[in-house]
Amino acid sequence: MGSTNSTLSKIPNVEELVQETGFTPAHIVRLYDRFEALDKEKTGHLRPQDFGAINRLAINPIGDRIIGAFFSPGQETVDFHSFVRILAHFRPADKKRPKDPSMPEPVNSRTSKLKFAFQLYDQDKDGKISRAELLQVLRSMLEMQVTEEQLESIADRTIQEADLDTDDAISFEEFRKSLEKVNIDHKMSIRFLR
Amino acid sequence: GKLDCVLSYSDDFKHRSIVYSFPDAENSNLPVFTMNYARIQVPFEVTLWVLLASFAKIGFHVYHKITFWVPESCLLISIGLMVGAIMHSVHEEPPAVLSYNVFFLFMLPPIVLESGYFIPTRPFFENVGTVLWFAVVGTLWNSIGIGMSLYAVCQIEAFEVQDINLQENMLFAAIISAVDPVAVLSVFEDVSVNEQLYIVVFGECLFNDAVTVVLYNMFNFVAEMPEVEPVDVFLGVARFFVVGLGGMGFGVIFGFVASFTTRFTSNVREIEPLFIFMYSYLAYLVAELFSISSIMAIVTCALTMKYYVEENVSQRSCTTIRHVVKMLGTISETLIFFFLGVVTITTEHEWNWGYIMFTLLLALVWRGLGVLVLTQIINPFRTIPFNFKDQFILGYGGLRGAISFALVFTLPDSIGRKKLFVTTTICMIMFTVFIQGISIRPLIEFINVRRTNRNLETINVEIHSRLIEHTIAGVEDLCGQWSHYYWKDKFLKFNNRILRKILIRDNRAESSIVALYKKLELQNAMEILDTVSGDINAGSSIVSLQYVYPLSHSSACFLSLSLSLSRSLSLACSLSLACSLSLSFSLSLLLAFSLSLSLSLSLSLSVSFCGLVTLSVSLSLCPPGCLSYTSFHIVHPSSLTHYPFNLNRSDGYLRNPEGFGLGSIYQG
Repeated sequence: MGSTNSTLSKIPNVEELVQETGFTPAHIVRLYDRFEALDKEKTGHLRPQDFGAINRLAINPIGDRIIGAFFSPGQETVDFHSFVRILAHFRPADKKRPKDPSMPEPVNSRTSKLKFAFQLYDQDKDGKISRAELLQVLRSMLEMQVTEEQLESIADRTIQEADLDTDDAISFEEFRKSLEKVNIDHKMSIRFLR
Repeated sequence: GKLDCVLSYSDDFKHRSIVYSFPDAENSNLPVFTMNYARIQVPFEVTLWVLLASFAKIGFHVYHKITFWVPESCLLISIGLMVGAIMHSVHEEPPAVLSYNVFFLFMLPPIVLESGYFIPTRPFFENVGTVLWFAVVGTLWNSIGIGMSLYAVCQIEAFEVQDINLQENMLFAAIISAVDPVAVLSVFEDVSVNEQLYIVVFGECLFNDAVTVVLYNMFNFVAEMPEVEPVDVFLGVARFFVVGLGGMGFGVIFGFVASFTTRFTSNVREIEPLFIFMYSYLAYLVAELFSISSIMAIVTCALTMKYYVEENVSQRSCTTIRHVVKMLGTISETLIFFFLGVVTITTEHEWNWGYIMFTLLLALVWRGLGVLVLTQIINPFRTIPFNFKDQFILGYGGLRGAISFALVFTLPDSIGRKKLFVTTTICMIMFTVFIQGISIRPLIEFINVRRTNRNLETINVEIHSRLIEHTIAGVEDLCGQWSHYYWKDKFLKFNNRILRKILIRDNRAESSIVALYKKLELQNAMEILDTVSGDINAGSSIVSLQYVYPLSHSSACFLSLSLSLSRSLSLACSLSLACSLSLSFSLSLLLAFSLSLSLSLSLSLSVSFCGLVTLSVSLSLCPPGCLSYTSFHIVHPSSLTHYPFNLNRSDGYLRNPEGFGLGSIYQG
C-alpha cells in the first residue's frame, strides 16, 4: 500500500479525478502505471506515436480511430487526466446511482457510451454519420472480404434501415434508436474497470 | 385360412419349386382377403403411438389459450395418464418406451441434438464459465446435499425407511438432482426471459449430464460394494474429467469430421442432411460405448458442426436439416412426455408419505440454496451480475424430467426399495413439471424479470456491435489487460486462417456483418416466396430489368414503377405510371431477367391514356426461386437500352444459380 500512496501523491488532482470519473484510487494508480509505461520519454504527455507502439492496437481495424478519440480536436498530446477521462467511458454503469437531473450526465452512462461510439464514426464532427463516413468504417472493418460494390450495398442498406428523416445520414438520435434494444452497458464495459 | 408357402425340392434335388398349399384343401377356395397382423405388429404399433401423441398435440393447439398458460409437457402427460388408465383397466402392457435402451438410444438423442443445434452460440460462449460452474458444481452440490439430508431423514423411525443405506440414498439423490433438458426446454421455450438467464439454464441442463453420469455410475458401483475406500473418491474425480472432457472431445472430433465430409458433397446434394444426422448419432453412440457423457458429445458435435456445415451445404439441405432436426426433436419430446403419463399408471408403486414429501422439500431447498451460494461466488466474475429475480427463476426453473425416470427404472433390482424410488421420482417429476412448469410463466410476469426481445437482427445492430467489439478490444489492449475478447479474437483468427481453409469448400474469410447482410437479403427474398398457400408470386415489387420492345416507335418515354398487387401464381398486375407523350399502345414482350436466379417471362399490355398515364397489365410466369427487386427506369421506346435506377441491389451475392433452388447463397 505504501507504493500506492506514493504513486497517488504524484498525480495531481486525484480527488477531482475520482469524483469525476468514479474510478477508485486503486484503479487510478493502475492506470497511471500504464500511462507511465506508454510514456517512454517521460514527458507526462502521450503522443499518437506512443499509442502506435502497442502492437495489437496497431492491427485493430479501427485502431487509429480509437487513438484519435483520445485527442481532443486541435490537441496533439494527451495528459493523464484526459487519458483517464476517456477510459472512464468504459466503466460498467453504477446501478445504484440516483437519477439526479441537475447533475451532469456521468461519463459512463448509456448515452455517453453511445456518444463515444458515434464519434468513432463521425470524424468530421458534424453530428451525422454520412454515407462516406460509414463506408470508411465498413471498409476498414471488412478490409479485403468484399468488393467495393458490396460495401456500398451494405452501406445503403444500413442507412436505409436507420435513417428516419431521410437525409441520407444517421444522426445521433437515429443511431441511438437503432440500438435501443441492445444492452450497451454490457457491450461497452470493461470488467476490470469496475 | 392362412396361405402356406412351401419350398419344395424335386426328388433329384435339381428342381426347386414353390408350392402354395392350404392346410385344409377340402373345400377352400382362393382367399380373396387375408390378414397377417403378427408380421407388421411392431412398426404398426410404433406408428400408431406416434400418431396418437401427435394428434394430442394438434388437439391442444385448437384452443390457443390452453397452450399459453399450460406448457405442452403437462398436457401431454395428462393425456398419457388417461391412456395409461385405459390400458391398465384392460390389462394391456404399454410398449417399453421408457426402458433404458429404447430411451437412451432412440428417444433422447433427437432432443439433445435439437437443443445443441439451435443453441445461440454467441451468448453461449460468452457465458460458458457460468454455465459450466452451475452445471458441474451445482449438480454436485445438489446431489450431495440431497443425499446426505435424505439419509438423515431416513434415520427417523416414523417413516419406516431405515433400511435405505447411505449409498442408496446418494444414488437416488444423484438421479433426481439433475435438471432435465427435455422438461426445461419445453417450458422455457415460450417464455422469453433475458438472454443471459436463458443461456445459463439452457446450458446447465445440457452440461450437467457429465456429472450425473459419473455420480450415477459411481454410486451404483458403490451401492453394490460393501466398503468405500478413499482411493475411490479420487478415481471418481478422475472419472469425471474423463467423462466430461472425453464427451466434449468426441463431439468436437465428430463435428470436424462431419464438416470435412460436407466439403466434398457438392455432387450428392440429396444426401447431405444424412451426414449431419449420422455423424451426430455416431458421436452419441461412441460416447455411450465408453460410458462417457453422450449428451455432451452430441451437443458439442452439433455446436461445432453447424457453423461449417451450413456454409458447405446447399440452401435446400440447410433448410431440410433444420427442419428435420426440429421435427425429430419434437416427436421425441412428445413421445417422452406422453409415455411418462402412461407408465405412471402402469408401474407398480410404493408410497411412503415421509420419504416422498421430504424429497420434494429437500430438492427445492437445496436447489434454492445452491443457486444463491453459487451466484454469489460467480457474480463478481460476470459483466452482468444476476440479480435476485434472476436467481429466483434460475432456481425455480430447475425441472426434473424423463432422464431421471429412465435412470431410476434401470436401477438394479438388488436395491430393496426400488419401487419407492420409482414412485418418488415420478412424484418429483410430476411436481416440478406441473406445479413449477405452469406457475413459472405468471411468476416471471409477476416479479418482472428482465425480458428479452429476440428480434435484434438488423444490419445496424450488427455493424455497430462489431465496431464496439473492436473498440473494446482496442481499449483493453491500451490498458494492458485482456478478457474474453482476447480469446474470441484469437479463436477467430485461428478459425479464419486454418479451420475454414480445411473445412469449408469455397473459403473466404467472412465477417459477421457480411454474413448477416446476406442472411437478411435472403430472408427478404424468402418472405416474398413464402405465402400461405405456397404460391409463387411476384411479390410486392415486380421484376426489374425490362427490355422493352414497343411496337410503336413513338417517342414515348415512360417511367414505370411497378407494384404487384396480387399474390397469385400467374397474374401479376402491375400498375405502372407512365408519362407518355403520345397515345401509344405498346405490346411489349418483357424478357424479365430477374437478377437472381431464373428467367421469368412476362407479357405486358400497356395502354396509355391521354398521353399521361399508362396502365399496364403484365402476366408473368415466374418459376420458383425468382427474386425480384424494385426498380424504376426511364425507357426510351426507340432505344433498346434502359437506365435502371435500382433501390435494393442484391446482385453480386447471388451467383451460381442452381436451377430452381436458391443455390449456394453463401458463396460469392
